[in-house]
Amino acid sequence: MQHGKYRFIVGFLAVPLGLYALFVVWPFIQSIYYSFTDWTGLSPEFKMVGFDNYSRMLDDKIFWKSLQHSVLFALLVPLVTLGLALFFAFMINVGGRRRKGGPVISGVRGSSFYKIVYFFPQVLSIAIVALLFAFAYNPDSGAINSLLRGIGLDSVQPLWLGDPNLALWCVMAVLVWSTVGFFVVLFSAGMASIPADLYEAALLDGANRVTTFFRVTLPLLWDTVQSGWVYMGILALGAESFAVVGIMTTGPGGPDYSTTVMVLYVYQKAFRDGQAAYATTIGVALLVVTLAFAAVVMRLGRRERLEY
Amino acid sequence: MKTTEASAPVPAESGAPVVKVDAPAGGPPKEKKEGTFLNAFSHGMLVLWAFMVVMPLLWAVMTSFKDDKSIFSSPWSLPDKLHFDNWSRAWTQANMSDYFLNTALVVGGSLVGTLVLGSMAAYVLARFDFPGNRFIYYLFVGGMSFPIMLALVPLFYVVNNMGLLNTIHGLILVYIAYSLPFTVFFLTAFFRTLPSSVAEAAFVDGASHSRTFFQIMLPMAKPGLISVGIFNFLGQWNQYMLPTVLNTDPDKRVLTQGLVQLAVSQGYKGDWSGLFAGLVMAMLPVLAAYIVFQRQVVAGLTAGALK
Repeated sequence: MQHGKYRFIVGFLAVPLGLYALFVVWPFIQSIYYSFTDWTGLSPEFKMVGFDNYSRMLDDKIFWKSLQHSVLFALLVPLVTLGLALFFAFMINVGGRRRKGGPVISGVRGSSFYKIVYFFPQVLSIAIVALLFAFAYNPDSGAINSLLRGIGLDSVQPLWLGDPNLALWCVMAVLVWSTVGFFVVLFSAGMASIPADLYEAALLDGANRVTTFFRVTLPLLWDTVQSGWVYMGILALGAESFAVVGIMTTGPGGPDYSTTVMVLYVYQKAFRDGQAAYATTIGVALLVVTLAFAAVVMRLGRRERLEY
Repeated sequence: MKTTEASAPVPAESGAPVVKVDAPAGGPPKEKKEGTFLNAFSHGMLVLWAFMVVMPLLWAVMTSFKDDKSIFSSPWSLPDKLHFDNWSRAWTQANMSDYFLNTALVVGGSLVGTLVLGSMAAYVLARFDFPGNRFIYYLFVGGMSFPIMLALVPLFYVVNNMGLLNTIHGLILVYIAYSLPFTVFFLTAFFRTLPSSVAEAAFVDGASHSRTFFQIMLPMAKPGLISVGIFNFLGQWNQYMLPTVLNTDPDKRVLTQGLVQLAVSQGYKGDWSGLFAGLVMAMLPVLAAYIVFQRQVVAGLTAGALK
C-alpha cells in the first residue's frame, strides 16, 4: 500500500491539522508569550516586561481568592458528584432486594427509569441550567425559599447567592446537580460488566452490601472512577465553572469576590478590563493548576490494575 | 463496553452457575431481614434524587405558562390558565426564533465539518505509519486537557484579524477546531478496531487511498461516527464559553448566549414569564430528542470515558 501514500497522508491531514494549529495550538503558544508583555489587547503595541505580570499576580488578592475557589471546585465538586453517583449506581445495579429464583444480585425495581431521569441534566446546556437555578435561588420569589415557606420554615429564608458565605456552595451544588446523572450511567455500565460470580463469592463468604461495595465493586471500577475524576475536575476548572459562576452570581464573581474563579477572572481581565497580557498570565496559572491536578489524581489513584 | 443495556444490569451470560434459592417464587423471602432496611433506604434516596432532578424542570415548564404577577406572588402554584402568549412573545419579540436559527446554522456546519475532518485525520493517524504520526496524535489529544480559556484571549485577536469575528462561518471554524481533540481521539481508537483486510482488498482492486476511505472505511465506521456525532452535537448545541468570547454581535447570538442576554434585559423589562418560556423552549427539543434516542445518546456521551 505504498503507492501515493505520502501524498494521501498530507492531503488528509493538511486541513484538520491546519485548522487545529491555527485556532488552538497557536493561540496557546501566543498566550504564554503574551504573559511576558504589557499588551492591553486594545492597541497593537506592546513591549516585553519580563516577569512583571507574574509578580503582580502573586500580590493580587483577587487572584488568590479565585485560585482558592478553583481548587475547591476541582477537588470538592468531583468528590461529591462521584460519591453520589457511585452510591446511586450501586443501588440501581446491585442494591435490589434478592428475589426468589432470580439472579443472586439485582438492581432495584425501575432501574432503567432512574437512569433515564438522572441523565436529563446532562443533555441540557450548563448555561440554561445556571439560569434556571439563578431564579430558583432568588430569595423573594424563587422556588427554593417559597418551598421552605410552604412547609412552614418561614424563619429559614437564606439569601443564597446574595450571601457571601453561601454563594459558592450554591454554585457548586448546581454543578453537582447537573453532572451526577452522567456518572451514574457511566458507573452503571462499568458495574454491569463485573462478572456476577465475583458477587456470588462475596455473598457466600457472608459479605453484606457495604462490604461488597468497598471490596468488590469499587476496586474493580477504580479506573473508571479515576478518569471520571480527572474529566470532572478539568470541567470544573474550566468551561463549566465559567458558565455557572458567570451566569448565576452578581458581579459576576460576587458578592464581594466570594465566588470568583480563575477562568472567569481571565475573561474579565481580558475582555472587560483591557488587560490582555495580565489575563494570559492568570491563564498560565490556570494551566499549571489543571495539569498539576491531573497529575496528582493520576498519581494518588495509581493502583494495581485488576483483571477480571 | 456497552452502556445501553438499561434494564439488564447483571450479565448472566458468563456461564457461571447462578445460585438459585430452592423455594419457588412466591414463598416468604428468607433473607428479608438483611435487605429490608437498606432496601427502603436506597429506594428512598433514589426517589429523592429523581424528584430533585425533575422538580426544577417541571417548575420551569409550569412557570412558563404563568403571568408575571403570579410568578412572584406564588412560585409553586399552578398557572390560573395556560398563558401561551408568553411563548409567542418569547418566540417573536425576544428573538428566540433568531437564536434557534443561528444555533442550527452554526451547529449544522460545525458538526458536518467536525465529522469529516476528524475522521480524515483519525483514519490517517490510525492506519498509516509515517514519521511524526505519534507527535500529531498527541498534539490533538493533548488539547482535551488544556484550559480553553487560556487560548481564547489570543484567539479573539486571531479571529478578529482574519475578519471572522462575529460571523457564523468564523464560529463554525472555531467550533470544529475545538471539537477535533476528542473526535480524533475517539475515532482513531475506532478505526484501529476495524479489520484491515477489507481495505487491502479494495486497494488491490485498484481503488485509490481516498476512494477506499470514503467508500469502504467511512461506511464501516458508521457506529463510531454516530456516537461521536451525538457527543459533538450536544457539546456544540450547548456551547456557551466560545460564543460568549467570539460572538458579540447581538444579531448573531446563539441560543445559550441569547437566553443569558435575555435574562439580563428582562430584568429591566420585567418580562419574566417570557424568559421562562424561552428557557423551556430551548430545553424541550433537546430533552425530547434525548428521550427518543435515549440509548444512542447515552452510548455516545459515555463512549469516550469508557475507552
